[in-house]
Amino acid sequence: MEKPKLATTSLAGCFGCHMSFLDIDERILKLVELVQFDKSPIDDIKEFTGQCLVGLVEGGCANEENVHVLQKFRKNCDILISVGDCAINGGIPAMRNDLSIKECFEEAYLNGPSVYNPSGVLPDDKELPLLLDKVYPCHEVVKIDYHLPGCPPSADTLWEALVALLTNKPLELPYELIKYD
Amino acid sequence: MEQKAITFTIDGVEIKGSPGQTIMQAADEAGVYIPRLCYLKDLTPHGSCRICTVMVNGRSQAACTQPITEGMVVENNTDALDEHRRNIVDMLFVEGNHYCMFCEKSGNCELQAMAYRLGICAPKYPYLFPQSNVDASHPDILIDRNRCILCGRCVIASRDVDGKNVFEFVGRGPEKRIAVNAEAKLSDTDIDVTDKAAQVCPVGAIIKKRVGFAVPIGERLYDKEPIGSDIESKKNK
Repeated sequence: MEKPKLATTSLAGCFGCHMSFLDIDERILKLVELVQFDKSPIDDIKEFTGQCLVGLVEGGCANEENVHVLQKFRKNCDILISVGDCAINGGIPAMRNDLSIKECFEEAYLNGPSVYNPSGVLPDDKELPLLLDKVYPCHEVVKIDYHLPGCPPSADTLWEALVALLTNKPLELPYELIKYD
Repeated sequence: MEQKAITFTIDGVEIKGSPGQTIMQAADEAGVYIPRLCYLKDLTPHGSCRICTVMVNGRSQAACTQPITEGMVVENNTDALDEHRRNIVDMLFVEGNHYCMFCEKSGNCELQAMAYRLGICAPKYPYLFPQSNVDASHPDILIDRNRCILCGRCVIASRDVDGKNVFEFVGRGPEKRIAVNAEAKLSDTDIDVTDKAAQVCPVGAIIKKRVGFAVPIGERLYDKEPIGSDIESKKNK
């Protein structure tokens, strides 16, 4: 029987959740017996090769590209999991949510203490994804099946959750593995 | 003349309390934990957070304010009440800006611990991301209103224990916030870092400066044991 596929991505996140995922250490050898990695920064596959059983999403939606990737993940993954606080509540990027886009741009490209921009030009290339009005948690954009909180969720949390899902067991995390920091 | 003990039940277990006690006080003494956020032993109960809602003879009551009576039937640990408590905690999370990942209170925060105890992985309501502010004017204490859950502990402690009336609520509904009794800033009040009002905040809204992150992750109050374990362990002794 073919192994089920696993896809991962980082939207408006810091890749810390992926780093934590790598902290499963030698258990990754057991993981590759259970799954085949599909689209993911871990194997650098850029596009989906087929329907995946599980998708792990790190980070919230800060720009239109994040939304497109998230929608693709929803379409191509049977089970979609929000991994980490940014995916669940926007996290650090969401600290801009009480400022306007204009204020964010002015701080980043004109007024910030380390900015050198004598021409005063703001980035405006059509290749650049447009920023959203605020940073959205993933479950406010598409349906999310499970949430694994933490900044980042510990390797044990990710491991327990994945193994439970891949071996058809109920996902019941013990007290120590649900943490918001 | 000694007053007679009052006997009642919580989830079918017989509890004895003394006259004048609230359900919360009698339950705490008996080692039965009723979840709470605004209630704090030694402060006048405020009854505002509604986390401690229990069913008393079939009607919902706040356990922290409701006195015990002979033969009363209290339900505490039920699926319906846990769902109700989960809803309140969900709302508190989306109504504020609770960034646990960099909050000094994380691991010792009662709101976070309540969410852990109730098994919340993500709130079910949309985030509001309200505009809020920080008052760091005082040399030893700061107020971060992003994290305030309007429990009223600081108001009561400052009024009843410190006798200073440093804090009060202003505004209504979503505008409601904690204000200080001064022209503008916390530094203009006579609050001191040793005041009761500076110790009682359940979240990271009123925190002492220069003491954050002193306890390493893994050894903080709620890292290993859920909130309420201290009360429940009394029962097992």
